[in-house]
Amino acid sequence: MSTKVYAGTEVTVNDEGFFTEPGSWRAEMAPEIARESGIGELTDRHWQVLEFVRAEYTDKGTGPTVRALGKTSGVPVKELYQLFPKGPAKLAARIAGIPKPRGCI
Amino acid sequence: MTGKIEKVSIIVSKGSLEGIYPALIMANGARAEGIEANLFFTFFGMDAIHKARHEHIKLATVGNPGLHLATWAGGLPGLSAVMTHYMARKMENLDIPSIPEFIEMIADTGAGLYACQASADLFGLEKSDFIDQVQGIITVGEFYDLAAGGEIIFT
Repeated sequence: MSTKVYAGTEVTVNDEGFFTEPGSWRAEMAPEIARESGIGELTDRHWQVLEFVRAEYTDKGTGPTVRALGKTSGVPVKELYQLFPKGPAKLAARIAGIPKPRGCI
Repeated sequence: MTGKIEKVSIIVSKGSLEGIYPALIMANGARAEGIEANLFFTFFGMDAIHKARHEHIKLATVGNPGLHLATWAGGLPGLSAVMTHYMARKMENLDIPSIPEFIEMIADTGAGLYACQASADLFGLEKSDFIDQVQGIITVGEFYDLAAGGEIIFT
């Protein structure tokens, strides 16, 4: 557990950089977290995924896996990996300030 | 030991349902973690990428003590089909994709799919016998070149 400052606000994150308190996340923080995750600029398509991930978390208490994202976010798997090359479900969750999704598929 | 796996090359040598799924789950899971992944299909494992066969992968009911069936019962006509159907239903309920759908998804994640040259020669198969996502039929030497610097998993 450690603290980070995003958009001028201090937040707590776990060892992998995921928010421990998703409630402290704000959209202005996303570009900074994205840069840390190796993503230069957040496009509308990135935001479509981030908003979906955030909504799923609010709804179900857990973020979607890559398969779920590919089926329901409106962004196909191939594009998800272009947007988030180092793992779409994991990176989108990190940037959207929710815990890392668990699931094998 | 360093902390993180950066790349895996997974060899699929068996053509049964229980022989193929673990490798697909590992490859897909690797990509989800941002790990580079290649799948190399050899011997009966090539059925998983065979156009005419990949929709008909069956659970092995003979010689499979894990099913806890009497040995003679495993060989009853149609039992493998029934057990496969039963498994498929359970998997569908858990939203586990079918083998053709899963392989297509894995190709979309950017993982490489390759068939084994020696096995293709042995069974008389060509590139056109395999699904379009297969990037090539490669030799064992080429496989080692692709696998260089990563972990190799044999299933």
